[in-house]
Amino acid sequence: MIVRIERLTGNADLGHYAFEALRYLPDGSVNPDCVFNQPRFANAPILLAGRNFGCGSSREGAVTALMAMGVRCVIAPSFGDIFFANCFRNGVLPIVLDEASIARLADSTELAVDLEQQSISASGKAFHFSVDALQREGLLEGLDEIGVTLKGADEIAAWQSMDRVQRPWVWQTEKVEV
Amino acid sequence: MARTLFEKIWDAHVVRDLGDGWALLHIDRHLLHDLSGPPALAEIAKRGLPVRNPELTFAVPDHAVSSAPGRAARTFELGGRLHGALKNYAEASRIRFFDLGQKGQGIVHVMGPELGLVLPGVTLICGDSHTCTNGALGALAFGVGNSESAHALATQTLRQRKPRLMRVRFEGELGIGVTPKDLILHLIGKIGAAAASGSAIEYGGSAIRAMSIEGRLTICNLSVELGAKYGLIAPDETTFLYLKNKPFAPKGSAFDRAIEYWRTLFTDEGVRFARDEVIDVADVAPTITWGTSPEHTIAIDGVVPSPDDQPDPEDRKAFSAALDYMGLAGGQPIAGTKVDWVFIGSCTNSRLSDLRAAAVLARGRHVASGVTAWVVPGSEQVKRAAEAEGLDGIFRDAGFEWREPGCSLCVAANGERVPPGARAVSTSNRNFVGRQGPLARTHLASPAMAVAAAITGQLSDVRSSESCNPLRRSPVPLFPCCRQMSIPT
Repeated sequence: MIVRIERLTGNADLGHYAFEALRYLPDGSVNPDCVFNQPRFANAPILLAGRNFGCGSSREGAVTALMAMGVRCVIAPSFGDIFFANCFRNGVLPIVLDEASIARLADSTELAVDLEQQSISASGKAFHFSVDALQREGLLEGLDEIGVTLKGADEIAAWQSMDRVQRPWVWQTEKVEV
Repeated sequence: MARTLFEKIWDAHVVRDLGDGWALLHIDRHLLHDLSGPPALAEIAKRGLPVRNPELTFAVPDHAVSSAPGRAARTFELGGRLHGALKNYAEASRIRFFDLGQKGQGIVHVMGPELGLVLPGVTLICGDSHTCTNGALGALAFGVGNSESAHALATQTLRQRKPRLMRVRFEGELGIGVTPKDLILHLIGKIGAAAASGSAIEYGGSAIRAMSIEGRLTICNLSVELGAKYGLIAPDETTFLYLKNKPFAPKGSAFDRAIEYWRTLFTDEGVRFARDEVIDVADVAPTITWGTSPEHTIAIDGVVPSPDDQPDPEDRKAFSAALDYMGLAGGQPIAGTKVDWVFIGSCTNSRLSDLRAAAVLARGRHVASGVTAWVVPGSEQVKRAAEAEGLDGIFRDAGFEWREPGCSLCVAANGERVPPGARAVSTSNRNFVGRQGPLARTHLASPAMAVAAAITGQLSDVRSSESCNPLRRSPVPLFPCCRQMSIPT
């Protein structure tokens, strides 16, 4: 679990609570055995992860918690779908890479990720990754999706007028008694 | 051209084709709850944008509300603030709000179907990953994050990329003691928790066709535990019958007209799915999780797997860690493991049919000493219907706590939690590390299995003579897969 849902109900410092079950011992003290607590990985911006990372979660708090602990890129063999989409909408790059390549990345001393070139360099070796064109553009340019969509408000209005005729039952909600 | 059910609904909602599989989709229903509603509403308020279609938007508090008998919004302080924020925003934006104690309040994925807000062929979103539940009615329903929710509030649309399509057919008849929950847990165990990443799953087969809507909701609920954002089932006569006279479903001639359209919502002959699975239902036993992922399932009469037997090194690592957390050893029979807590509730299994199935087993028995057992009905409506049938009395007499509707111990975001180290049998959908509380150990199972565990104080086979007698002497089928249910007298 990346962050307990409870932590999202208040104004908690999510960076502190990210991966709390791993980073802290039951008494709240720092767990020295946890990889996140090793000084050489302090504020590391790239996270190498296992299968189905972020599975299940729809909470953007999971992404903001990662960001708050300094993570800007997650590399994993597979991701939860909603988490994957949430990453792009919050400026975190999720990269899908096969397990063997990730193991090789883990063995190298330094990693650099280049989104424009779609390439990861690891101690001199390069690994290519794919990213959806629209999502890549969104990350690189920081697109305001709501603003872009609202420019096409006429189109939405036209669709809705047509739908009110075709499926009137979808729209008749206001006088319903429960 | 032959199309799938999913594609028919998708195509009907494309406001603009964005290319490369992306589309701007119209959203017909937007449900907000106390945890994900306020931040999305705050986001558009900050930008000075109105809610574009409040008549298509509905709000209900469920996640952070106390389930204590006689609870109020402020019973759980933090939740009270979220409740207040959601209510204030809803009123200011003319969004329908279903408040605590009112008919309509409940777990968002329970109240939506029961009010007829979820209809075949609609697109529906909610800031919650179990929104896939609602696909049971033939809707394209999916979970979103706050940014997407804010986008939909402001524009009534979302930019989405079409997923891969996967089909799962459940064929055959369910054995005694086997419920829809067992079918879906069995499937997750068989194909894995990431098997459907990037996919929408359409469920079909004779077992699904014979299943009640409430059973189908349970099946679709766990789609996301297979990695799928969407799960859906083609609407049929069972669906139409379920929707008839639901408050928000069309009435009279409008209902007939709607059905005419809904009958076109099925997957055409000759469509090929990216993946096609068939489960022979006769192979499925009452199923329970042993570990910390919904894919860690075994039959209740099975043994806990040993990490050493796993060919994949990643699995070996994951299995060891899971067994360690759960306090179990590979090779031990799962049945007989001592239980401390039992939770019957959640958007998976808190509907009237679930509570009836549980009550049948609980009737005339008593929760084992040392076990805390809760029943949390999924909605105000479920609660009232159950009380009208006397189910609350059956549970209370048997030593269960009968509580107020909400998410409660499934997600432990309302101040309620399973204590550290305690072992819980839960009818919910996630057994992740710490999900029900720090260091809490969760076994996912059906309501019937949860009652069997509560009564015997250990993980028990619901088919065994001790726990199963009422099943065998019952004059009618008792499980949510069956259309007709009653309590034997």
